[in-house]
Amino acid sequence: MPGMTITEKILAKHSGKDRVTPGENVWVDVDVLMTHDVCGPGTIGIFHENFGRDAKVWDRDRVVIIPDHYIFTADEKCHRNVQILRDFVKEQNLRYYYDPAFVKATGMPSPYLDPANTSYKGVCHKALPEEGHVRPGEILLGTDSHTCTAGAFGQFATGVGNTDAAFTLGTGKTWLKVPATMKFIFHGEIPAYLTAKDLILAVIGKIGVDGATYRTMYFAGDGINSLTLEDRMTLTNMAIEAGGKNGICDVDEKTLQYVRKRSTRPQWEVYREDKDAQYHSVYEWDLATLKPMVAKPNSPDNTDTAENCREMKLDQAYIGSCTGGKITDMIFAASILKGNKVKIPTYIVPGSTEVHSDMRRLNLRGVPKDKNEKSIEEVLRDAGCILGPSGCAACLGGPKDTFGRLNEPINCISTTNRNFPGRMGHKKAGVFLASPLTVAASALTGYVTDPRDFVTQRIETGMAGVL
Amino acid sequence: MQSVIKGKAYVLGDNIDTDQIIPAQYLAYNPSDPAERKYFGMYANSGVPDAQAGLPKGNIPFVAKDQFHSQYSIIVGGKNFGCGSSREHAPLALAEAGVQCVLAEFYARIFFRNSVNGGYLVPIETAQRLVDKVQTGDELEVRIDEGHVLNLTRNERYDIRPLGDVVPIIKAGGVFAYARAQGMLK
Ligand code: SF4
Repeated sequence: MPGMTITEKILAKHSGKDRVTPGENVWVDVDVLMTHDVCGPGTIGIFHENFGRDAKVWDRDRVVIIPDHYIFTADEKCHRNVQILRDFVKEQNLRYYYDPAFVKATGMPSPYLDPANTSYKGVCHKALPEEGHVRPGEILLGTDSHTCTAGAFGQFATGVGNTDAAFTLGTGKTWLKVPATMKFIFHGEIPAYLTAKDLILAVIGKIGVDGATYRTMYFAGDGINSLTLEDRMTLTNMAIEAGGKNGICDVDEKTLQYVRKRSTRPQWEVYREDKDAQYHSVYEWDLATLKPMVAKPNSPDNTDTAENCREMKLDQAYIGSCTGGKITDMIFAASILKGNKVKIPTYIVPGSTEVHSDMRRLNLRGVPKDKNEKSIEEVLRDAGCILGPSGCAACLGGPKDTFGRLNEPINCISTTNRNFPGRMGHKKAGVFLASPLTVAASALTGYVTDPRDFVTQRIETGMAGVL
Repeated sequence: MQSVIKGKAYVLGDNIDTDQIIPAQYLAYNPSDPAERKYFGMYANSGVPDAQAGLPKGNIPFVAKDQFHSQYSIIVGGKNFGCGSSREHAPLALAEAGVQCVLAEFYARIFFRNSVNGGYLVPIETAQRLVDKVQTGDELEVRIDEGHVLNLTRNERYDIRPLGDVVPIIKAGGVFAYARAQGMLK
């Protein structure tokens, strides 16, 4: 009998079987279910409608609620939605909820003053691992398509809709079709001018926005091992942009170090690919030959090299989101922006309050700064960047008063993950997706710019984003 | 599920993502509140760029101004229909506007799943590309059990693919109804 992939082993274990094969439908036990302020209210409504007004969730320790999407807006419906989450948390006595306490019923909420001291976390996919809710070998469902981010930690994580989430809330189960696995191997160590964003854009450019539909994207090779966990999250985050059901990486010492430090539960199981596991297809890249990439409007698979797009004039730059708003992304960007001035409005949104607090605590090498050193936040502000509070912000447009939103038909270069029409606000705005290095370099020139013009040496990020 | 669906077609292109089906700014409405839910119908497909709205001509609004329902009950799409976010608001918005089925070459996974599990509409795969054959406003008759679509306006017939292993869930009307019928839920 042929061997199994990590994803197949996780699904077999959770469905009480010895083995599963791609295409098979299985009912699985879910380890953690996450929801947020955009899909939570609908999910809660369907839960009550189907299980009854007095029903209890299947396990109060396994439901995690992280408001993050529409937080800094005066839109009262958005505030009301946060209140629906609060009421549900109270009713169900849920253990893991991260309240934006500053969201009152009316007005634009004034953000937290100290990011190190607030119950609010920011973007769910960044907060989930930080707060100890991701572990190798588990199944995580979330009412958000980028739930696949957590696959960087060797778990099966995927996005579901409100009905599926409500079903899991009441039963702890869901049905899944076992996906076939596509293997993406990267050889060599990542060069200083690339980040994982370039790798995943190269992959999506190659296979297309539907190239992995219904399938697992498994990222392997010494090139992946050379990445930080945060950079691996950038890869798995965008699995959905190729239509993937989940993205997954091998578990190594870096993964275990992170999870040991953070996990809310002491146990997990590490699965490894069998040598004779079966793949739908295998792709290989040599990292030394890859160039900095961009995805041009209006699709993540409309890729090109940054150097080929040099003529493209830009009106705005944006660094943020679950894809490109992590602390290592901020260090990458700040290393280029340091001592320079941006030529176009450049908006910075920390992916989480932990990222924000690290931006104040750490220096450009990712270690705690000493008195005379500038923090990452100071470097960015000195370069003329405009810093907003943590959250999803303009990544998905959102209400009109959202920080950084494209309210005009302009061109923006962004570290986010999607550039379909209207994604960041205006239907006719053009969004270029790129790495934090490319976005920072472009912010300095006002044109799409190859970061090789600026990066001269390896950018060290220390233990930033880990400890 | 009705085995014959009859209505006017509204034609869209490839990679219609959920931000086009229901732009993010409208996600603040709570779909569980009937008074708010109907607004998803009003704004369904409002993110589609004007030139691509109602092919081949374009510039045809899916829902007339200030209306909650569309005159079109069948969507014709190309490849990868419903890609992007996992928002269930997308099939819900189409259903609120009166859409009963989508005919597309293939679907993004979560949109397909949400359509089926939520019982909103029937996501049907076509055997050939219909975007270039059907025009917005054509009268279609989708005969699911017989496996084809009749274009009454053009007097043409197109094959559709079998719904496969989700038929029991679609027939039951969604995953909750299905699980109840199976005795998994009380
Ligand atoms: S940051 Fe963007 S992609 Fe990530 S969860 Fe928020 S809206 Fe979605």
